Amino acid sequence: MPQFDPHFFASQLFWLYACFIVLYVVLSARAMPKIGEVLEERQRKIDDNLDKAGQLKAEAEAAVAIYEKALAESRAEAQRVLRAGADALSAQAEARQKEVGERLAAEVRSGEARITAAKQEALANLRDMAADVAKTAMAKLTGVTIDDRAAQAAVTAALEESR
Amino acid sequence: MANPVEQFRIEPLVPLEVGGVNLSFTNSALVMVLSICLVTVFLTMSVRGRALVPGRWQSVAEVLYEFVANMIRDNVGAKGRKYFPFIFTLFMFVLFGNMLGMIPYVFTYTSHIIVTFGLAIVVFIGVTIIGFMTHGLHYLRMFFPHGAPLATAIILVPIELISYCSRPFSLAIRLFANMTVGHIILKVMAGFVVALGVFGIVPMAFLGGVTVLEFGIALLQAYVFTILSCIYLHDAIHMH
Repeated sequence: MPQFDPHFFASQLFWLYACFIVLYVVLSARAMPKIGEVLEERQRKIDDNLDKAGQLKAEAEAAVAIYEKALAESRAEAQRVLRAGADALSAQAEARQKEVGERLAAEVRSGEARITAAKQEALANLRDMAADVAKTAMAKLTGVTIDDRAAQAAVTAALEESR
Repeated sequence: MANPVEQFRIEPLVPLEVGGVNLSFTNSALVMVLSICLVTVFLTMSVRGRALVPGRWQSVAEVLYEFVANMIRDNVGAKGRKYFPFIFTLFMFVLFGNMLGMIPYVFTYTSHIIVTFGLAIVVFIGVTIIGFMTHGLHYLRMFFPHGAPLATAIILVPIELISYCSRPFSLAIRLFANMTVGHIILKVMAGFVVALGVFGIVPMAFLGGVTVLEFGIALLQAYVFTILSCIYLHDAIHMH
């Protein structure tokens, strides 16, 4: 096999090391820093964009918080207005109910007074009528005419008795 | 049928002798020069655009760069950072040697034991120097594991010493053998295709499969060579 022929060993090693050293110098001094730079730049760009995205997200979250606070505030306000309206309405209804009740009570009272008066009057009339009836009945039955005053006295006595 | 080892023969293209030593510019040296030129052109031209979203070539260059960078980070650690250029050069040089060798009629310099050994011995000597520079004489503890009874030193130290010193050989022979055998198989198969005439379709199909496999091996062996160098470097820096 030609691989084990030492005739070209020196030449192979010489060119190997020459090429390897040249490649090492070129890569370490030029090619590798360049690639590293490109990669770093990309990483930096990605990091920048991530930072920016994080910032925007924080801003959006702050806006959402503000919106939610406003929403809660307006909701509380609405609640308050609603309760005030309900309170006012119920107070009004109560006042009206009270007023109507009072009026009705007054009417009932005056009615009762009227009834009492009528009753008194009726009772007073009753006496006169009874005396009259008694007088007429006397005249018809006995032919005796009694005067009004006697009839009145008799009726009064009878009423007193029956009481 | 052509001799399957004919492809490994070295032809001097420009005879050169310095102080009685034959340093001829050979077909092997030609491919090495071609390889380093291609690596340089590829790595510099592909990132020339410095595109934020990389194109095809830039992607490949970045993937190779990050592949080796991750390999060093995972296997050597943060202290391996300064050996990154060396390891990357090693990887690219072996990878391009293997890949260029897959092109018909192109000489495969990694199929020569002296070349792979030349690389492996650099790794070995470099790693040993780094070990002594990092740990001083304490690096000799490499040859005697912690916690082993002192009496076992008489067996353990020679075993560890042999295992340590056989590293460059295993490194060199693995790459050389893989490349050589792969190319011989391809050559023999190709010979069958020609010799069998119409029935050559059978070895032809086989040849197609083996070619794909050889591309895989070309990549894999470059990776293995590099990662073993990383592991040796890790041992030298952190010991075990």
